[in-house]
Amino acid sequence: MALLSVTDLSVFIGRLKPLDGISFDIGKGEIVGMVGESGSGKSLTAMSVMGLLPLIGGKMTSGSIRFDGIDLATLPEPHYRALRGRRIALISQNPMTSLDPIIRIGAQIDQVSILHLGLSDAAARARSIDIMQQLRIPEAATVHGNYPHQLSGGMKQRVVIAMALAADPELMIADEPTTALDVTIQAQIIQIVVDLVRERGLSLLLITHDMGVVAQACDKVVVLYAGRVAETNGIDAIFGEPQHPYTRELIRCIPRHDQLRGSLTGIPGAVPSVMDYPSGCRFHPRCADALDICAGAIPALEQKAAGFAACHAAINAAGKVSAHG
Amino acid sequence: MADEAQAQLPSDNLVAVRDLTREYKSSGGLFSTVRSMRAVNEVSLDVPRGKVTGVVGESGCGKSTLARLVLRLIAPTAGRVMFNDTDLASLAPAQLRKLRRSMQMVFQDPYSAIDPRYTIRRALLEPFEVQGVALGKGEQEDRLLALISKVGLSPRMTESYPHQLSGGQKQRVGIARALALSPSFLVLDEPTASLDVSIQAQIIGLLEALKQELGLTYLFISHDLSLVRYFCDRIVVMYLGRVVEILPGARAEACHHYARTLMDSHFVPDPRHRKAVTPLVGEIPSPFNLPPGCAFAERCPAASPLCRRERPLLSEHATGHLVACHHPA
Repeated sequence: MALLSVTDLSVFIGRLKPLDGISFDIGKGEIVGMVGESGSGKSLTAMSVMGLLPLIGGKMTSGSIRFDGIDLATLPEPHYRALRGRRIALISQNPMTSLDPIIRIGAQIDQVSILHLGLSDAAARARSIDIMQQLRIPEAATVHGNYPHQLSGGMKQRVVIAMALAADPELMIADEPTTALDVTIQAQIIQIVVDLVRERGLSLLLITHDMGVVAQACDKVVVLYAGRVAETNGIDAIFGEPQHPYTRELIRCIPRHDQLRGSLTGIPGAVPSVMDYPSGCRFHPRCADALDICAGAIPALEQKAAGFAACHAAINAAGKVSAHG
Repeated sequence: MADEAQAQLPSDNLVAVRDLTREYKSSGGLFSTVRSMRAVNEVSLDVPRGKVTGVVGESGCGKSTLARLVLRLIAPTAGRVMFNDTDLASLAPAQLRKLRRSMQMVFQDPYSAIDPRYTIRRALLEPFEVQGVALGKGEQEDRLLALISKVGLSPRMTESYPHQLSGGQKQRVGIARALALSPSFLVLDEPTASLDVSIQAQIIGLLEALKQELGLTYLFISHDLSLVRYFCDRIVVMYLGRVVEILPGARAEACHHYARTLMDSHFVPDPRHRKAVTPLVGEIPSPFNLPPGCAFAERCPAASPLCRRERPLLSEHATGHLVACHHPA
């Protein structure tokens, strides 16, 4: 059974509907990548799962989010609080949104296990230092006494990850955890997180726009486009046999060093805005495979091969949509 | 660094940079002394005509400062920039101004430099105004439409305002502005860093087509290693203000240990080829307090006492392949 199961999730912010019928599962011990361009709804999905929609005036209008059998959509806030940070942890893009600049690093990590696990100050400190060492923070005991401004961006992000791990969560949601960092640091941190997640058998929802990171780290991928799921599929199928034309084109947009010059063309048109979504399939104005039906009818997310795709063309011409390389 | 100057005849290079240095001083407060650091430190490189020269490195390595120095948007503390064999420093302000038509820049965020109240028409005609190029009414219209279509925008957009455009369209306007005065050389400073991948690929495709069509020469500043490998003919790797390696081709293997780690740290978008990355140990030293030897020595697996004592000079490792390392891989 899936640890997290999101079914037909729709969210309104005012009169706008930035999430429209999102469905996906995360199994125990699974690393699921969530990809999509800006405005596709990646971060909003994360906020929905964390129960943080009220903070931005969002409202879940349909669907369900089940975590280990608990319906999060109807969970009263006090119960949510016992879950959030304890069993589900969030790592955000900018470490400084998670760290208090005037409190020592150590106190901030300790606090998590004191609050959620009921540890004593001394036990919490030992636990924090142990986790910091696992995250390969050099001189962890010294860093424990430092303030956030004394650390580099990469170290700060490791501290945030240590905070996320401190309460021994079952599910971690990492929202673009390395986007603000340099490439060498990014590579290290992704590697450390993936190793730790695998070692501890945690589930991870990794939100990113970097298909390279997805290819190297994930078991499964959810591809979002303009507030809807275009495709969910296993990692090999996403790169080898994508079912949705958007997935296929997205992969063709990644520059490869062995690629012929002039072969990088991108997807024509622009990512639509939530204020002005096209009718029918939201990708149809940019889609090379679009049929007449695509402008009129919204394609349902249907089983296709081992995954799910929301595409009239893929369903009609089963098997014809394949990677062009 | 004379060997590198001899590597190519001057006429092959549209731009040649020699020992270029830019120093910044921290304003010493009440209790601290003034400290200085070199954002760009004795950099020498050639930009061959009609080619794409990539500059890569992590934040703080000096790549953006280098871009601005090359166009003389800022003045160097020492060293020279030769454009078409003319030393930019030797030019009188009026001459330099005129030469600026030939060398333009495309910014990461094109609209941070343009008045949000300008229409696209006005934004595209501004370069002519600034350069004092008088255009008749009909000629204005012709130039405008030619520029707009060259970058793949619709003529209907000329009366639009920046906020009405998507990120990709704004960058197309940025490129059109850079092309307005028919330059031969463009410095592209992370032109796609803030764009979505599907749009990034469009813009790179456009830049490739324009280069072919107009015979342009590019200096491409980026931190995206797969993009650099795809787009560039030569790759210059910087670390802490210095050039540590110049790769003669996009597929050349890096020999400097930093360059190698950097080039290896991008994630290959292929789940069938998973690999562990070699982590880089330690942190970048403070640019205010550089070690006497190689700046990378403390983090380098191959470092010897020599590396900590003596800074390796950039020297030819193979034809056109320059490395600053005592123990290249």
